[in-house]
Amino acid sequence: MRRIVVIGAGPAGMAAASAAALHGVDVVLIDAGAKLGGQYHRQDALAPGDRFAPSVKLASRRYELPPNVEHVANAAVWAIEPVDGGHRAHLRVGPADGLDRRGRAVEARALVLATGAYDRALPFPGWDLPGVFTAGAAQALAKGQGVAVGDRVVVGGTGPFLLPVAASLIGAGARVVEVAEANAAVTGWLSKPAGALAGWSKSGELARYAGMLARHRVPYRSRTAVVEAHGSECVESVTVARLDALWNPVPGSERRVEADAVAVGFGFTPQLELALAARCRVEDGFVVVDAAQGTSAPGVFAAGELTGIGGADLAASEGAVAGAAAAKFVGAAVEPPLRAMARVRSGRRFAEALNAAYPVRPGWQGWLRDDTIVCRCEEVTRAALYRAVDERDVGAARSLKLVSGAGLGLCQGRVCGRNVAELADVDGTGFAKRPIASPIRLSELAEEEPVESPIDAEESGRALGVEY
Amino acid sequence: MSRIETADVVVIGAGIIGAACAEALSASGLRVLVVDRGAPAGGTTAGGEGNVLLSDKAPGPELDLAVLSRRLWPELIEALRAELGDEAARVEWEPKGGLVVATDQDAVGPLAILAEAQREVGVEAVELTPDEARAMEPHLTEQVAGAVHYPGDAQLQPVLAATAMLAAVRARGGEVRGGAEAHGLVFDAWGKVAGVHVGRETIACDAVVNACGPWAGHFSVAVGAPIEVLPRRGMVLVTGPLPHVVGRKVYAADYVAAVASSNVDLQVSAVVESTATGTVLIGSSRQRVGFDEALQVEVLRRLARSAVKLFPVLAGVPVMRTYGGFRPYTPDHLPVIGEDPRFPGLWHASGHEGAGIGLAPATGRLLADLMCGRESEVDPLRFKVDRPAVIAEVRT
Amino acid sequence: MRVRFDGEEVEVQEGQTVAGVLLAKGVRSWRTTRGAGRPRGLFCGIGVCFDCLVKVNGVPDVRACQRVVADGDDIRTQAGAELPS
Repeated sequence: MRRIVVIGAGPAGMAAASAAALHGVDVVLIDAGAKLGGQYHRQDALAPGDRFAPSVKLASRRYELPPNVEHVANAAVWAIEPVDGGHRAHLRVGPADGLDRRGRAVEARALVLATGAYDRALPFPGWDLPGVFTAGAAQALAKGQGVAVGDRVVVGGTGPFLLPVAASLIGAGARVVEVAEANAAVTGWLSKPAGALAGWSKSGELARYAGMLARHRVPYRSRTAVVEAHGSECVESVTVARLDALWNPVPGSERRVEADAVAVGFGFTPQLELALAARCRVEDGFVVVDAAQGTSAPGVFAAGELTGIGGADLAASEGAVAGAAAAKFVGAAVEPPLRAMARVRSGRRFAEALNAAYPVRPGWQGWLRDDTIVCRCEEVTRAALYRAVDERDVGAARSLKLVSGAGLGLCQGRVCGRNVAELADVDGTGFAKRPIASPIRLSELAEEEPVESPIDAEESGRALGVEY
Repeated sequence: MSRIETADVVVIGAGIIGAACAEALSASGLRVLVVDRGAPAGGTTAGGEGNVLLSDKAPGPELDLAVLSRRLWPELIEALRAELGDEAARVEWEPKGGLVVATDQDAVGPLAILAEAQREVGVEAVELTPDEARAMEPHLTEQVAGAVHYPGDAQLQPVLAATAMLAAVRARGGEVRGGAEAHGLVFDAWGKVAGVHVGRETIACDAVVNACGPWAGHFSVAVGAPIEVLPRRGMVLVTGPLPHVVGRKVYAADYVAAVASSNVDLQVSAVVESTATGTVLIGSSRQRVGFDEALQVEVLRRLARSAVKLFPVLAGVPVMRTYGGFRPYTPDHLPVIGEDPRFPGLWHASGHEGAGIGLAPATGRLLADLMCGRESEVDPLRFKVDRPAVIAEVRT
Repeated sequence: MRVRFDGEEVEVQEGQTVAGVLLAKGVRSWRTTRGAGRPRGLFCGIGVCFDCLVKVNGVPDVRACQRVVADGDDIRTQAGAELPS
């Protein structure tokens, strides 16, 4: 039986599942959410069925996966285990973090990882107050739950994603007080050759968002950031400052802004743990892939934000390539998907230009004070982190975690890892190694799970790499 | 601080054993350079639980070393605190005692026999009734058949301990160099060690200490002085932060058998303890898989089962992390500490298996005593390099 | 559908998450940290930060942003680290 496992049902994972299924391969598509679409096509969780918001590829019609795709929803993949001839995905299916989730173990010779990315949040004094959210949280709550995270919201960070977040907040009934872009204005950049020539289909969409902000008279300020949140139990106001080219606050430019919520996003961090568990090579924070989206681990393909931050269209194109390659890997007759591959190439050119225009610049480190929390879980302050760095001189993430406590809490460094790595000047990949990819209760772990469709090792011996 | 170009001693490996050797040598007035191909305290030491145990050792040379080490740890921590200050010497030392629990009647007898033998050599081992054991650890299973309390067992955080000792080495004029691989020795005309190649440099020195942990065998082969030190893989589960549930280091009686075993297959026996940060650590597994790091869910599953069996209250708590490492063992399960008879000036300190954290200060002290020609407190002969289990044949 | 939050009955809809219910009700924080006892609520909203922990039906450490409510759920604030009851 030809079967592949796809992890993540966002744009990349859905495209991979569809592409493989169209080549006659059975697909198990696993996702933590209740509905398809992932973070990008965040569906209204309160509406029945799959209905995607108006977007480029999936218009607002009902979306159906091919019949040979099994969509496993509400499933946490907590481990990927290498086995003879492939990989075994261990999952728990059921209410999130509950005690009575059902255990499953699914084996496949080919695996497509499309685990996506999450917002990077930079620390600043007061960022641990309730009322400070990531931009993704504001987006997910507005689109998925119909809730605005506050009444007066300041949106801050960098990159074009801030615009749809502001638009979603307005749509959910919030007043967006201002949008603070730490780099140059997105609208300006898109009109420049690097943005326009890349032919990004999103530019029209962004223009619509920009129009919406203008209609609602939302100030959009470039070279500006939220550098502090104030309040005792909750955010009551924020300090917004102008930034110089390196993101150091310009002295005297600070303004106090009344707000009950802040939504911040400074780019995205890929969810690397499953890729690392599958022993995929990671460089500069992203999974390295070839033209067929193959990783360094035989039979493991990666698509979407795991391979580089590039948005939904690129993710879907990569997914289509990865799904076809995974199908070929397990023996389906597959011609190279040349059109999708071409879209991947042009999408990456745009993504590179965009990421170069919206980097995180080092001045953010100056927003912190000694008592600013850097690791939210373990409440490690900047002073404690620096002290550990100076006194313990460990020089690597693994031991730095153990001497400072940063990254040792329940989030396992997902939020603080990159920030701590930059503050301490160590390689951040060590923070992303999480062999247990999602917490599992001891009683669940103790339980035997039947292995579905174990790999026939003899047959897997015939598997060939995919080269285009 | 200036970069060391010549040293009295170069210690290869900045894990807990290398750090303890370097600490003891620098305390003896020697100028020490510690090199590690990776990051200091980033290998086996970062994958350890921090056991300082007397309870799991039967009378014999290893227990002698453990008794000395148990005495030295608090003295050493106190000395480091005086030298470096409270924060830099913080190691999360917890002299909390251990509780060995038999959950079936058959295990009670052997446990009592071991405790009796340990008492004869001066280890405090108090036999408890099931009720007494449960009074001591209220969340313990009701299936307790018998238990022994070892007030001498303790715990510390190994990376803090190793880095504190390395900080002392630096404070005494030594140097710790990460990302520096030692790959060959230099000998003088008489065949004695005169230096070591580290990266592209050659460091002149009088002695080299092989403290490469599970890689001590590799290093010894690379420098032409093979000793038999092999890796055994061990995994630990870490729960999310919890309120205080486990007071002592609590383990199942079959752990002692597992420690002493030469079985190639996977062995799992419960070792459960709370840490200073509120997490509960769940060990221990022992497995010979070479240096294979691939995750094996079956190992985690058996750890989970054994822990829930001892502490049913843990059933619903989340496991957030697992870590593991390779523990160095010798075929006769005794550490190797001493000078290589084939190459004067080459010393070995490895093979402590899962007990290296606990045995570190005594190992460092013994090595320094031997190197400086002092009388040692434990009999060095049982740990010597030229024994059949470590060197099959001594080349002349 | 109804759930209880710290004893108080709340009307909910199919598909709502615990975080969605609480934020819609105007509750901004439902957990305190175990170190400094500081209030925390939703932060990342997509299951990665583990800040929005809440107790559901006696089980602590449940991510409010990920957990979809079920009729009759007993939802409670979580104080620091707790054991399942």
